[in-house]
Amino acid sequence: MKLHTRLASVPYLLWVVVFTIIPLLLIIVFAFTGTDGGFTIENISAVGRYTDVIMKSIWLAAIATGVSLFLGYPLAYIISRHSARQQNVSLMLIMLPMWMSFLLRTFAWMTLLEKTGVINRLLGLAGLGPFELINTSGAVVLGMVYNYLPFMILPLHSVMVKIDASVIEAAQDLGASPLRVFFKVVLPLSMPGISSGITMVFVPAVSTFIISRMLGGGSNLMIGDLIDMQFLGNAYNPHLGSAISLVLMVIILLCMSIMNQFDDDVDVEGVLR
Amino acid sequence: MKRKSSALSRIYTAVIMAFLYMPILVLIVLSFNQNKSRGAWTGFTFDWYRKLFTNRLILGAFVNTMIVALVSSVAATLIGTAAALGIHTMNKWMKKAVRMLTYIPIMSPEIIMGVSLMLLFVFVRTELGVPLELGLLTLILSHITFNIPYVIFNVLPKLRQMDSYAYDAALDLGCNPWQAFYKVILPEIMPGITAGFLMAVTYSLDDFVISYFTAGPTSQTLPLAIWGQLRRRVSPEMNALSTIIFVVVLVLLLVSNLSSMRRERRGRKAVRL
Amino acid sequence: MKDVLIDLRDLVVEYDGERVLNGLSLQIRDKEFVTFLGPSGCGKTTTLRIIGGFIEPVSGDVFFDGKRINSLPPYKRAVNTVFQRYALFPHLNVYENVAFGLKVKRLPEKEVHSRVEEMLEMVGLRGYERRGVAQLSGGQQQRVAIARALVNTPRVLLLDEPLGALDLKLRKEMQTELKRYQQQMEITFIYVTHDQEEALTMSDRVIVMRDGEIQQEGTPQDIYNEPINAFVADFIGESNIIDGVMLHDFLVEFAGVRFDCVDKGFGEMQLVDVVVRPEDIRVVSPGEGKLTGVVESVIFKGVHYEIMVDAHGYHWKIHSTLPQEVGSFIGMTVAPGDIQIMHRMEAGE
Repeated sequence: MKLHTRLASVPYLLWVVVFTIIPLLLIIVFAFTGTDGGFTIENISAVGRYTDVIMKSIWLAAIATGVSLFLGYPLAYIISRHSARQQNVSLMLIMLPMWMSFLLRTFAWMTLLEKTGVINRLLGLAGLGPFELINTSGAVVLGMVYNYLPFMILPLHSVMVKIDASVIEAAQDLGASPLRVFFKVVLPLSMPGISSGITMVFVPAVSTFIISRMLGGGSNLMIGDLIDMQFLGNAYNPHLGSAISLVLMVIILLCMSIMNQFDDDVDVEGVLR
Repeated sequence: MKRKSSALSRIYTAVIMAFLYMPILVLIVLSFNQNKSRGAWTGFTFDWYRKLFTNRLILGAFVNTMIVALVSSVAATLIGTAAALGIHTMNKWMKKAVRMLTYIPIMSPEIIMGVSLMLLFVFVRTELGVPLELGLLTLILSHITFNIPYVIFNVLPKLRQMDSYAYDAALDLGCNPWQAFYKVILPEIMPGITAGFLMAVTYSLDDFVISYFTAGPTSQTLPLAIWGQLRRRVSPEMNALSTIIFVVVLVLLLVSNLSSMRRERRGRKAVRL
Repeated sequence: MKDVLIDLRDLVVEYDGERVLNGLSLQIRDKEFVTFLGPSGCGKTTTLRIIGGFIEPVSGDVFFDGKRINSLPPYKRAVNTVFQRYALFPHLNVYENVAFGLKVKRLPEKEVHSRVEEMLEMVGLRGYERRGVAQLSGGQQQRVAIARALVNTPRVLLLDEPLGALDLKLRKEMQTELKRYQQQMEITFIYVTHDQEEALTMSDRVIVMRDGEIQQEGTPQDIYNEPINAFVADFIGESNIIDGVMLHDFLVEFAGVRFDCVDKGFGEMQLVDVVVRPEDIRVVSPGEGKLTGVVESVIFKGVHYEIMVDAHGYHWKIHSTLPQEVGSFIGMTVAPGDIQIMHRMEAGE
């Protein structure tokens, strides 16, 4: 009987092999072969030409992750100290924008930041500007923070809500100042949330090509743009594209393994629900 | 737990919420703006909504989106539920391995999933000679791939919560294994299956990146059509579309939350009896 | 044995290469209340699950009413189970839970209704039909589980530690109830527990198990009064277990003192375990008894005092209705009939 039910997962396991594992292996195969099909490391070494783009992607994503953490942490803490009912309402308010198309949310920022956009018009009324807001690195970071901030708040909140109020009271009772309570109790206990929040913001931020395309103009290329150009753009070269993808995968695995040092079990399931 | 939140934390929460909602509100307002250029308000109109509903491209894309979302979610729900049942009976070691596999599509960046699936489809066509053109079918296969994990991670906890003897009890009371499954197990994990299905539908409706790489030129989904329109830059119709999507999502969330709240209240009343 | 309903022969069960049942053989009569008693991991639940049809033995045979049923699935057996923590169906209300088995058998609605009502009447849950099972107390859930099983009029009811989750008072109540159900339904009850008191109160016959083997079977009186070895003695009630030497028939030496006893046939100079129940030790004035010792502690237990005495290198536990002064010297005697001699258990057993 037990064996019988275990067989129920066979279709899924086959599916994973065909549609997840083999495709990922294909990236590796393509990265190490030329157009003639022979083995080569030319593609990998060609990625070196894009070092500045790669470094800039990591840099922008890191800033966006830092800003998200800085903005999200206090909010997650505030929400976690509310009543269960208020918490549900607040969490829903935070998730609601995520239910709107990612593209349209980013498009909204285009409308706001444009030279003739809403912000510049408002500033114009005050006799300022117009400022060059869109097509800057700042706009790209802003887009990332805007889109991925909920990914930071949710895991932080799910960890903080488990911090028992009595633990904090105990620390206060033992004479800890609010600052000490924060650094000695709240912060260490929320480490798992911080590490999974960082992962969940950094991974999509470093690999995006939509945000950089829409808000960064032509001058803020990111790794995602490079990959897109190799697969669907004019530069069409899936071998080079695979090599760049491989580099991106390595960057992300590095980020994840660093974050795993702080938390051996990234609670994705908790975040999903 | 209930505490008076300080004025400071209220203000902070309000500022973050304003940041999250301001762009959406701007889109909604501009969707009723006569002026085609985005910055200035020149009068109220429904024109953009009218144009939207006569836009063949958008309507066709909408139909495609619904087909892909429904077919892929149903398939993912079937495969994923069966998989969860199988995983549930696996031993600890196997369980861990399969869960790791299941995390891959959730944790890896969408662009990697997209290009790897594109490579697979291209490889199958060019190297294996299978006439599999990029189109609706490849879209559906790709969406099933990233939807299955959401179903699995929603169903597994329900199985874990279930009394481990419930299935035995059904057999004991005369059910054959099939009857035991649909009379006892299925009703108990149904909330998980429904949640997984709904999550799959929403992710599928919203997906841009993976669709972008696997759709091919002929079969557009709504996000792909939006992308095409946005690149041409002049599209107040998109404001109208954003507004509609936002309102629909808002209504759906309110309805589902209200009904669950009512159910909760009814449950509490029954306990008091 | 007459009226044998269930006949288990040489059952062997293994999980991951580990033996859970080690050649267990047992016969259970019709309309008997049998209890499997033992510590966790002794194989009692496994035996129950074999009878229920949830486990198939690696070797050995299961006969039910003369027919071999080794691989007959649970849903084809005339046996029903009350599970640990009840395993009620949370998506169904009380009535639907109890009616479940009858509906699976597609009995006419009218008959289902009358039998369910009858059963709810018996367990005292009339009027609770439309309640969700999650809203019931532990004791009520327990009754639903029993009704759900008994409504199918099984030949045998299997109960797997059914009272484990209840508090003490409720447990006592349910023990009487269960005995009443068994007599009213006139069927066999097979009961699994690690609680010796439960086993002794309800059962016609108790089977003490350990490490997948039967240690002793008999009436509660037999098991309590004549434990076959130190394990059973220790597990059933409280005991002083002391190393001793059987000098010859009717004479045993322990704690450095010779005692008359009623046992024979052990051989001369045989090492044995000597078991003395705490209530069988009589307190006398110092020097009067065969043993003398210092009172270490006295605890009032409600009906009696539990007195710990340090004497002749052992700590003795005595149940007495009179308290003693801590630190005082007392004498102790044991009647020959209250000394139980057992073969020494092998090391590690």
